[in-house]
Amino acid sequence: MYYIDPHIHMVSRVTDDYETLARMGCVAVSEPAFWAGFDRGSVDGFRDYFRQLIEFESKRAGWYRVQHYTWLCINAKEAENVKLSREVIAMIPEFLDRPGVLGIGEIGLNKNTKNEATIFLEHLDLAAKTDEQILIHTPHLEDKYQGTRMILDMLGDDSRIDRSRVLVDHVEEHTIRPVLDEGYWAGMTLYPVSKCTPQRAVDMVEMYGPERLLVNSAGDWGPSKPTAVPDFILAMRLRGHPESLIRRVVYENPLKFFSQSRNFDFTPPETYETVS
Amino acid sequence: MPIPLDAPEVLDREFLEIRARLLQVAASLDRIERAEGAVDDDPRLMKIRQALEILAGGDEQRAEKIQLLFSRPYEANWLATFRPTR
Repeated sequence: MYYIDPHIHMVSRVTDDYETLARMGCVAVSEPAFWAGFDRGSVDGFRDYFRQLIEFESKRAGWYRVQHYTWLCINAKEAENVKLSREVIAMIPEFLDRPGVLGIGEIGLNKNTKNEATIFLEHLDLAAKTDEQILIHTPHLEDKYQGTRMILDMLGDDSRIDRSRVLVDHVEEHTIRPVLDEGYWAGMTLYPVSKCTPQRAVDMVEMYGPERLLVNSAGDWGPSKPTAVPDFILAMRLRGHPESLIRRVVYENPLKFFSQSRNFDFTPPETYETVS
Repeated sequence: MPIPLDAPEVLDREFLEIRARLLQVAASLDRIERAEGAVDDDPRLMKIRQALEILAGGDEQRAEKIQLLFSRPYEANWLATFRPTR
């Protein structure tokens, strides 16, 4: 089955992982900007990172016919440096018309601090002014519920935000309902220990239905599994769900969400034979 | 959305996995007790005990309840006391 991983940090993975993804049926990935494991020291560090995402990762993915898309921001951890964050936000528009840039992300909260909220709001303002889609990171573990509710409060306070163009990621059992009820897309992240398992993701599909629901690996430099979406596909099959439902969640839904971005230029794999 | 499998089928499929995970929790708690030092007052252990009570209860939504148990509280008026940095 063809699938799309809507949230994976391929800069942290080796080229062999692209090959493995392609073998498993992955035809596209979207890669939000995130924390590199250390705090970067200058706006030029982010400029180079954005160039890597847009120019090199798309090339590396293309070696295996995986289509690569990206999202730009300064992540919540580095948002504690408000001055640098504002420099990065001012620089982002340099890249918003580049091929494959789908919007602003992954913005959000980490420890739910005042500075994080400040920079989240300034990212929202940039997205609203530039008519960009938004991909949102919600915090981990004990901070997730509080942080998700804070994020929904800030989104709801901005009438310029089109909720159908916002993906709130890393939802779990205690946060998925308000995200979907308020009209946003919800992403379930299959990540060892700190997030969701494939089986629990299947439970949430059964409880809430497939509408506006995505599933991703969030594979990165930490302990993570870039082939987690195929694990979800298998878990759905073993649970007895039809192929049409699985395809909707892992392929049609990401296409529907991404298609709202002006830089989303996707070649369906069915047409590969006819393109050069 | 209905679950394609019925309850006996789910139990057949998952019984050994549930059993193994319960044993893992039991062994972890035993390991804590065998080790030097005391953690009886550690709030994390209290949360674990509360989570086990949720598991033993007959209500649905156990996963959501355990998630909320391990979550920091949300206060609806957070923004009023938390003005963004200028």
